[in-house]
Amino acid sequence: MNQVIDSILILLTLTGFVLLGSSRLAACIKAVGIQGALLGLLALVVQSGDLSITGVVLALIGATVKGILLPVLLFRAMREADTTREVEPLISFNLSVLAGALELAMSLWIGRHLRLPADPVSSFFVPAAIFTILAGLLVIVSRRKAITQVIGYLMLENGVYVFGTAVALRMPVLVELGILLDVFVGVFVMGIAVFHISRQFDHIDSLRLASLNDRV
Amino acid sequence: MKPQSAFPLLLAIALAPMVQGIINRTKAIVAGRAGQPLMQPYLDLAKLLRKGAVYSETASWVFRTAPAVGLSAIICAGALIPFAAFPSLTHFGGDLVLLGYLLALGRFAIVLGALDTGSSFEGMGASREIAFAALAEAPLFLALAAIVRETGSLSLTPALGAVSINVWNHAAPSMCLTIGALLIVFLTENARIPVDDPTTHLELTMIHEVMVLDHSGPDFAIVQYSAALKMWFLGAIIVAIAVPWHVGNALADAACALAGIAALGIVTGLIEASMARLRLLRVPTLLLTAAMLSALAFVMVAK
Amino acid sequence: MAGLLLSIALFGAGAAGALIFANHGRWTTYAGVGGVVAGCAVGIVPALRAALGGPVESIHAGWAVPYGSFFLRLDALSGFFLLPVFAICPLAAIYGAGYLEAFRPKKSLAPPWFLFNLLAASMAMVIVARNGLLFLAAWEMMALSSLFLVTFEDEKEEVRRAGWIYLVASHAGTAFLFALFILLGRAHGSLDFDRFDASAGTGLLFALALIGFGTKAGFVPLHVWLPQAHPAAPSHVSAVMSAVMINTGIYGLLRVFTLIGPLPAWCGWLLCVVGILSALTGALHALAQRDLKRLLAYSSVENAGIIALGIGVGLIGIASKSPLVACAGFAGGLLHLLNHSLFKSLLFLTAGAVVHGSHTRDLDRLGGLLKRMPVTGVLFAVGAVAVSALPPLNGLIGEFLVYLASLRGIAEFDGGGLTVLVSAFAALAAAGGFAAVAFAKAFGIAFLGHPRSESAEHARDPGWTMLAPATVLAAACALAGSFGARLVAAIAPLIASITGMPDAKSYLSGAANAVAHVAFVGGALAGISLVVMAARSRLLAGRKVRSALTWDCGYYRPAPRMQYTGSSFVQPLTAAFAAVLGTRIRVIEPRGLFPSDASLTTEARDPYQDRLFASLFGAIGRGLSMLRPLQQGLVQLYVLYIAITLIALLLWQFA
Repeated sequence: MNQVIDSILILLTLTGFVLLGSSRLAACIKAVGIQGALLGLLALVVQSGDLSITGVVLALIGATVKGILLPVLLFRAMREADTTREVEPLISFNLSVLAGALELAMSLWIGRHLRLPADPVSSFFVPAAIFTILAGLLVIVSRRKAITQVIGYLMLENGVYVFGTAVALRMPVLVELGILLDVFVGVFVMGIAVFHISRQFDHIDSLRLASLNDRV
Repeated sequence: MKPQSAFPLLLAIALAPMVQGIINRTKAIVAGRAGQPLMQPYLDLAKLLRKGAVYSETASWVFRTAPAVGLSAIICAGALIPFAAFPSLTHFGGDLVLLGYLLALGRFAIVLGALDTGSSFEGMGASREIAFAALAEAPLFLALAAIVRETGSLSLTPALGAVSINVWNHAAPSMCLTIGALLIVFLTENARIPVDDPTTHLELTMIHEVMVLDHSGPDFAIVQYSAALKMWFLGAIIVAIAVPWHVGNALADAACALAGIAALGIVTGLIEASMARLRLLRVPTLLLTAAMLSALAFVMVAK
Repeated sequence: MAGLLLSIALFGAGAAGALIFANHGRWTTYAGVGGVVAGCAVGIVPALRAALGGPVESIHAGWAVPYGSFFLRLDALSGFFLLPVFAICPLAAIYGAGYLEAFRPKKSLAPPWFLFNLLAASMAMVIVARNGLLFLAAWEMMALSSLFLVTFEDEKEEVRRAGWIYLVASHAGTAFLFALFILLGRAHGSLDFDRFDASAGTGLLFALALIGFGTKAGFVPLHVWLPQAHPAAPSHVSAVMSAVMINTGIYGLLRVFTLIGPLPAWCGWLLCVVGILSALTGALHALAQRDLKRLLAYSSVENAGIIALGIGVGLIGIASKSPLVACAGFAGGLLHLLNHSLFKSLLFLTAGAVVHGSHTRDLDRLGGLLKRMPVTGVLFAVGAVAVSALPPLNGLIGEFLVYLASLRGIAEFDGGGLTVLVSAFAALAAAGGFAAVAFAKAFGIAFLGHPRSESAEHARDPGWTMLAPATVLAAACALAGSFGARLVAAIAPLIASITGMPDAKSYLSGAANAVAHVAFVGGALAGISLVVMAARSRLLAGRKVRSALTWDCGYYRPAPRMQYTGSSFVQPLTAAFAAVLGTRIRVIEPRGLFPSDASLTTEARDPYQDRLFASLFGAIGRGLSMLRPLQQGLVQLYVLYIAITLIALLLWQFA
């Protein structure tokens, strides 16, 4: 079982790297969708000892929302905003991947030193979670387009979810649902924002929002 | 040195061009064509060996020596790599490091040969080849370090021999990562898609092929044959990790590994048939990702 | 010991002779070269005996300076580090005789020969001195004599600038050494090395030594002076500075390690991190350079990093009580140091021949030299293969041992040590790849293809005084590559004394065996190459072999300007690492239907210098400019300052 969990966590980390290194928006959306589906799988595998109907159903709902619904919404936003289909990074892709490597090293170090109330099933749980959170932050910080910001938030949320799975063997379903709602609202709002920015300014470059600041 | 330890090298010398044939055949079948015969690479080599040669007026002795040094570097590298249950011709602690440097020497020679012609196209190919190979060093060495950490042996023959079903049972994720990283290195070193397209017809977009434009006749045969050998040896390392079954009978194991190499050829062909070549600017990112894969593999075996 | 004193005396005589014969044409050269060659010939015998583990000899005499004493000792460590001094200096001197000849009509050659003898004597003195004050005096003499050698061509602006940077950097480093020796000697009130103790705290002492000696060795980020100063010097001086003087920094570190006793594990980690940083930075910057000699200087930074890695891995091995890792690490670092001395001096001497023949160091103006300077070309090729650590030459041996040590650690260790070692392993591989690119560029662009300028077109091999020393060095590289296992066995006593493990020889036997295998494979490689070439000639015999234009892909007649330049050769890597390299690219894009003035230039900057040190020194400069009002130019005022200081001191003492 441990190996399956490890494999899922590794795949999660690798999709993180795909998100950092990929230049195509479509590939990024697909990758974040795969992350969502992987999380659903992770939830199922972790509780595989004592499977309950609610657990399974919730995991499936989570996987559907994150793996299918959100990517579909993002694809639609991408089409409607009619932007170029390229990620526009502020730092080069190589540097993003290298920064990701640093983040991974840092998460491994934290994972080694962080003491949790209960030991997680796999020692790679905490590092994978922290890495996904940090990689999400990196995506938010280092990409120009509003839609990539949404993707970054989703990664962040995925990381939090993994962390939750690591801390409590039982699924913290309520917490998770709350977060999911937050993010859903977030995506919704961002979708509207993306749409409006594109209509107002003819582009979705989040940097242009800086022109709204107070400086004269 | 036992007589059977010459077996891996002899096998490679005999069968290496076949892998190329398998790849081409796979691509042809996927594209709905009949394709060349499997033995076509041998026929090409034989044809080249029967020809005369044309040398550039610009070139010096470097250009004439380069293919020979390249080939002998690859043969020496092959003397360090085991095949199935057969040990390599020579093995010692740290031989995997020497392997890396022998591959580097072969490349160094061919790159200098390319620069010796003074052609802008060959300079271009040489520049790309050596840059991408330099970036492929770290993932290759890290992947081998992961194997060393897992098996506790510092030499290729015992380390690859120790990768068994048992190892896979408790370290499958990291073995998969290692194979992934090595596969990217394999595709890079052998100038295959997604790094380089061996069948492109525009010199500007080539890497390896454009670098050896000026070689002709027997020199070109030597270059092509070295490339085939390199593909075989790197493939043999991947297969040794990916095919961990040891029946006990040396010949049966060898048959198993041969099937593995054929499968690797088919996989390479499928990758080529289904993917486009990456933009050259994106290749460093791919290699960095390979380094990440092998680093992650190491982390998973180290814990 | 007497031999060593005689050798230093001979250097002195050479220095004096160069000055005495200043107005006698060639005689000043004869005196200068004679002093160096005779001094080194006399000195190398005792040095070799000591390095191989012979008896330790010492001299202790008084010196009229407070805390100073004339205390010299020749042990295995000193003997080992004396070897490059005594082996490289005479070859460089003979070469210099030919190299400086071109300057004789314009300049007096007495100062460079005086200083060269002084430099050789002071390097030898640094290595045998066992008193803090004596050491620092020799250290300072080494820095100053090399400084004035660097500024030999002081009519050039860039040389003067390099000289200033070197002066500032070496004195900043020396300041840390003062602090180090004072702390070491405080407890017993003596600056003699055998009375030092580490009561001030091992960590602090380690850090001071790392900064002070690391500046001389060229560790990143203290390396910024090195790529400026080494290329600016005349080539034989560059060779001595890059191949020998760097070693004194490493020597200082090792000497301090043996003086302050067992170091905690983090010291090894820190040294490894410094080594990783230096190896990667040095190799990446080396490949980005257009200036041939600056490329070599950055490669020295890389190699200093590899040496540091070896020593760092050794320290980790000692701290983790793993004798195999410790011995192989130290042996790798030290052998790499020895080999680096050989191939780096070879490279600088041949690069000097290129400069001598073509009057330019700019790679993008060279090309096709192999046909015009065939001997220099072959010698440079040997150096390039060696420095890229490719088999079958000597560059691989030291590096291989460092790899082996870290591999052993990777198999055995856990925790922090494992992380550092696997990073070291990967960094060595990456740096090796980059170094191969750098030297494929150096050799390929300078020596192969068509000449890219008029001056390269007319380059010719220099005379035998410049070729013979380089030939000796190339032969030494090949020999050291073939007999690496002997070298490993030979330095076993030295390793035993550094690590404090008397059984070093048996711990090293596995490593020596592996190195013997490497050499064997190298021999097989050469043999197979010959067989393949013979077979090829056999095949081609009787067939049509033509020579024609380079295949031009359908265009008419490739011109030299169409060739790939050095900058374009490394473009994939400089583009991928633009953020780290700080490369500046200036493009004038083609405009209009008949563009006339399109161009592209790249300039490799050093971000450490541009960002780190420029801002640091800028801040210091701004701070100090606040003191300007004190500087009024009135003598009365300065006497007043002295009086105030005096009164203040008196009050402080008695209050």
